[in-house]
Amino acid sequence: MSLRSPLSRVLGSGSAKEGTDHWWMQRVTAVALLILGAWFLISLAGLESYSRGDLYRWIGAPMNAVMLLLASITLAWHSLLGVQVIVEDYIHGPALKIFALLSNKFVHVFLCVAAVLAVLKVALGGSL
Amino acid sequence: MAEFRLPPNSRIRKGRHFPVKNGAGNVRRFVVYRYSPGSGDNPCMDTYEVDMDNCGPMVLDALIKIKNEVDPTLTFRRSCREGICGSCAMNIDGRNTLACTVPADGISGDVKVYPLPHMGVVKDLVPDLTNFYAQYASVKPWLQSRTPPPPDQERLQSKEDQELIDEPAACILCACCSTACPSYWWNSDRYLGPAALLAAYRWLVDSRDEATGERLDDLDDPFRLYRCHTIMNCTNTCPKNLNPAKAIAETKKMLAERRH
Repeated sequence: MSLRSPLSRVLGSGSAKEGTDHWWMQRVTAVALLILGAWFLISLAGLESYSRGDLYRWIGAPMNAVMLLLASITLAWHSLLGVQVIVEDYIHGPALKIFALLSNKFVHVFLCVAAVLAVLKVALGGSL
Repeated sequence: MAEFRLPPNSRIRKGRHFPVKNGAGNVRRFVVYRYSPGSGDNPCMDTYEVDMDNCGPMVLDALIKIKNEVDPTLTFRRSCREGICGSCAMNIDGRNTLACTVPADGISGDVKVYPLPHMGVVKDLVPDLTNFYAQYASVKPWLQSRTPPPPDQERLQSKEDQELIDEPAACILCACCSTACPSYWWNSDRYLGPAALLAAYRWLVDSRDEATGERLDDLDDPFRLYRCHTIMNCTNTCPKNLNPAKAIAETKKMLAERRH
């Protein structure tokens, strides 16, 4: 039981003075993914065969490697922002919320680094 | 976690049935949510039969007839009975609206009446709007200006500037929009909701107001403003045909534009 006034409860700790950046980057990455996604589909459709060797050569072309790296980073970034919103919407217990927000960041950064490394290895001539 | 099932003491049971007396011809059934927190009983749905030949056309007319002639314990708010006070906002036939502007004729089958969703219930159809009003107060819904008013006249506004606030200023604070918003259901403790944000926007675009920067600072928050995910239930349900979703989108645009 608390005798705090309703207005005091609503005002809480004040405005975080952020949120616009999150909202804006979600839209910037969405637009970027439209372009990168269209490139990815068109570029893949143009391949003559999908043999291991052909795909390695495709990834090895500098422009394709750059676009794949951008797509990996942008997709991970966009997904991180989106999952964060879902966690903040639905998870209210403080401990579970912090755990979910941390896991979200760690998993997305891990997947992003793994994807980048995979593209680099193939593009720079290593073998997976 | 979000709760997707009502707690056991909130689950709705079948209630009493009040048949119409003397074989009336034009009978409609009103199925109404009843809850009295002091009683210790679960909420229930009472069914009232109403002879519409001896009743006004609106759902509110029927509720008033029931209260006057059948069951004086039925509790609801009402005042102007013409859609301008916002008191009789409730969920009718699955939609948040004003009971006084909804004709029973337009609803097929039983007329189901619930209080506004996801609010504490004071009694029957009366929701607890304490938090809702505090949120409205938190956006400082009054003119803030450093320029003193002219000594001999009011603060002038051009016709074009007035048109910007015509629509947002027409909000009657009935709470239909905020209580239709899933984001508000899950986070009403921190998300201001469409009604308060529409009120905030009304002052953001007021040509006489000089606190636009401070107002935007106060709204720039992941919860207060950015819990809006453009679901647009608010605009869909507004009984005054206002567009809170657009006002929120314009507010987000203002915040983005002042950075670039």
